[in-house]
Amino acid sequence: MSVQTPALRLVGIVKTFPGVRALDGVSFEVLPGEVHALLGENGAGKSTLMKVLAGMHQPDEGAIFIEGRKVTMRTPLEAKAQGVVLIHQELSLAEEMSVAENIYLGELPRKRFGLVDRPTLLAKAGAILERLNCRFGPEATVGDLSIANKQMVEIARALTVDAKTVVFDEPTASLTDAEKVVLFDIIRDLKARGVGVVYISHRMEEIFTISDRISVLRDGSHRGTLITADTDEDAVTQLMIGRSLDLSRNHEAPDLGPVALEVRGLSCDALFSDISFKVHSGEVVGFYGLVGAGRTEIAETLFGLRTPSAGAIHLDGREVKISSPVSAIENGISLVPENRKEQGLVLGMNCRDNITLPQVGDLTAGPFVSDGAEIAIFDHYRDKLEIKTPNWRQLVGNLSGGNQQKIVIGKWLSMRPKVLIVDEPTRGIDVGSKSEIHKLIRDLARQGYAVIVISSEMPEVLHVSDRIIAMYQGRIMREFTAEEVTEDTLVQAISGIVANGDRAA
Amino acid sequence: MADERLNAISRLLARQGILVAFVIFMIGFALLNDRFLAVDNVLGVVRSSAILGVMALGVTFVVISGNLDLSVGSMMSFSTIVVLDLHDKIGPGLAIPVMFAMTLALGGLIGLLVGYFRLNSLIVTLGMLSAIHGLTLTYSGGKNMDIADKAGTWFSFFGQGSVLGVPVPIILLLGLACLLSVLLAKTPFGRKVYAVGGNGVAATFSGIRRPRVVLMTYLISSFCVAVAGLLQASRSMGSQNTVGQGLELEVLAAIILGGASLLGGSGTVFKTLVGVLILGFIQNGLLLVGLEFYVQYVVTWLIIILAVWLDIAAKRGRLLSPIA
Repeated sequence: MSVQTPALRLVGIVKTFPGVRALDGVSFEVLPGEVHALLGENGAGKSTLMKVLAGMHQPDEGAIFIEGRKVTMRTPLEAKAQGVVLIHQELSLAEEMSVAENIYLGELPRKRFGLVDRPTLLAKAGAILERLNCRFGPEATVGDLSIANKQMVEIARALTVDAKTVVFDEPTASLTDAEKVVLFDIIRDLKARGVGVVYISHRMEEIFTISDRISVLRDGSHRGTLITADTDEDAVTQLMIGRSLDLSRNHEAPDLGPVALEVRGLSCDALFSDISFKVHSGEVVGFYGLVGAGRTEIAETLFGLRTPSAGAIHLDGREVKISSPVSAIENGISLVPENRKEQGLVLGMNCRDNITLPQVGDLTAGPFVSDGAEIAIFDHYRDKLEIKTPNWRQLVGNLSGGNQQKIVIGKWLSMRPKVLIVDEPTRGIDVGSKSEIHKLIRDLARQGYAVIVISSEMPEVLHVSDRIIAMYQGRIMREFTAEEVTEDTLVQAISGIVANGDRAA
Repeated sequence: MADERLNAISRLLARQGILVAFVIFMIGFALLNDRFLAVDNVLGVVRSSAILGVMALGVTFVVISGNLDLSVGSMMSFSTIVVLDLHDKIGPGLAIPVMFAMTLALGGLIGLLVGYFRLNSLIVTLGMLSAIHGLTLTYSGGKNMDIADKAGTWFSFFGQGSVLGVPVPIILLLGLACLLSVLLAKTPFGRKVYAVGGNGVAATFSGIRRPRVVLMTYLISSFCVAVAGLLQASRSMGSQNTVGQGLELEVLAAIILGGASLLGGSGTVFKTLVGVLILGFIQNGLLLVGLEFYVQYVVTWLIIILAVWLDIAAKRGRLLSPIA
């Protein structure tokens, strides 16, 4: 491979910000027709490197070569003109406009008098969508599309220029498995056309599916490049965090207490129906299924955010009515929501106030909030969960993803719930914090909490759960114990394939 | 060493940009006119800022919770007209509580629409601005309202009286500021206001009753409007129907000058107070410099825009917004 001229080559890139050396002499290359994965924990320098690539940051030292030519890219537009296209993790589309307009935004084909040439626009956009096998037309409104399809529009936008290098930043964060398959087809197609692809992701399985080589960043420096076919997850993880991540199957025999939560025949309109299950204290029950299988909706119903159309919820053997988050909290149910920035945290508030938010009304001395009581709670959970923050005054928005997640968990543990529901506990969190949070969930069960974990990552579900409930299209397909579950049967269950007589009672 | 000092200065500018700009304005005006910083002039400015200040204190709660209140100007006209009219009909002792009840009812209605019905606060309060104005005109029949016997009533105490040499409006402004400052900074309710404005969804997920918090902020806002209406009525003992017109924008200007974000989640009572005083001193300074009244409008607002721009630029670290 080394005889080829790289589509893109970075040599000795150094970028410093006040007080931080974000990139410390990083070299990196991607060959035409190669998928080169870029891995690293949060803060390792991935996004800075990407911004250098996209012309948003200027490197202090080092050089960038495109097809062997040394280039400078001062703005994202210049980078695009040079053939480097970035597909952002956070979509930046005009929701009210059509797909075609979004694809050609900024370079709409014109007629006389500067009017938009609509037929040409639709024809050009249509051709690109066809190439991507999209199931929607150029006239569709972007706001009506699913997140995956919106991502397709972003990719289509990238294809309007003659891209030599396409950078994907966490492209699968919000895609379903089926949509991932389509995305991977597109990436393979780009590859076949000789485009160099940089693929940034946290998800190990994807990287091993799609990439040719893997480069790992840690603390702003390049720790190594591995050929995917010759390596394994352990080796990559070692490079990333300096040790390996334990995602072995859970073999711990749970110390089961009484049934803490029992749900009988719970239904909520079209979202899910006839859901029945039990969670003992001291037990972790994992909910596994595709996005849209109804898992999050069940959690939201148990937390009083949705009204069930039928069914009953029993806590400690007593039937309870949960009409709002307030009554859920009073009944001892806590929910760590799936989207921590939007649902879990007030980013502009400090760490302490975020942790004590659900109980601030009770932490009073006379009519006032008791500073001492609040700080005591914060200190307790900072130590218990090993939250890394200089002090309680730090704004939560300034913490890393892993520490933010610990703040949300701390907030709900401080309510001393009977049942703790954790929805996607490690979404968007780096490998190191991931294993800490897994350990924490196991510890909580050992301390007697009844824990429900909802996750879209199979290794995670297998690693933390004592029992696994597989869901498909709003129904429970099968319940597994940790001993009996296999990856095959689990995949079958969440795809709606159930072998005869396998349906658990 | 020099670098460190420069850093410290830029940090101070970033955090207290408006305050620094304020001090520069003050020095500028003081150099232009030696009466500007005289005790009686300063007291005069604070006193005449009291009505705007009291209103801005209340709206601060609304803004921190992530909403707007454009109705306070016309609501203040309403309170003023009602209390003046009732003064002669049922006497000041009854007129004041009745006026407060009516004003709070209007605030409660807005709170209900914005909090419980989840309507956009800009639209609701813009609508209420006109609706309340119409209500006031209907109530008064379009006529000015005057107290018949201006000398024979204790009603003038609130707007014109003083205790131990301090004018009552100043006492009311500072007293209310202390009370509301404690409410906002020290109580669970205040914390919830910040949470609802910072991230309403996360607040709901934390078991905070968001509609109730929003309703409370509008009740506080309308209570402050009632106090402002009382001050206005008692100061002039008579009033036009449009006495509060345009104050809603000055209130917002003061709050923004103080450094609160219109997106919610930030701001304090003290900052709002500083914003109110900055606005008062700018207007007073321009007057003393001898600028024509109508020109003052233009200059005042140019200064406000300039100040906010400098503040944002200091926070961003550059004058123009980055493209990406």
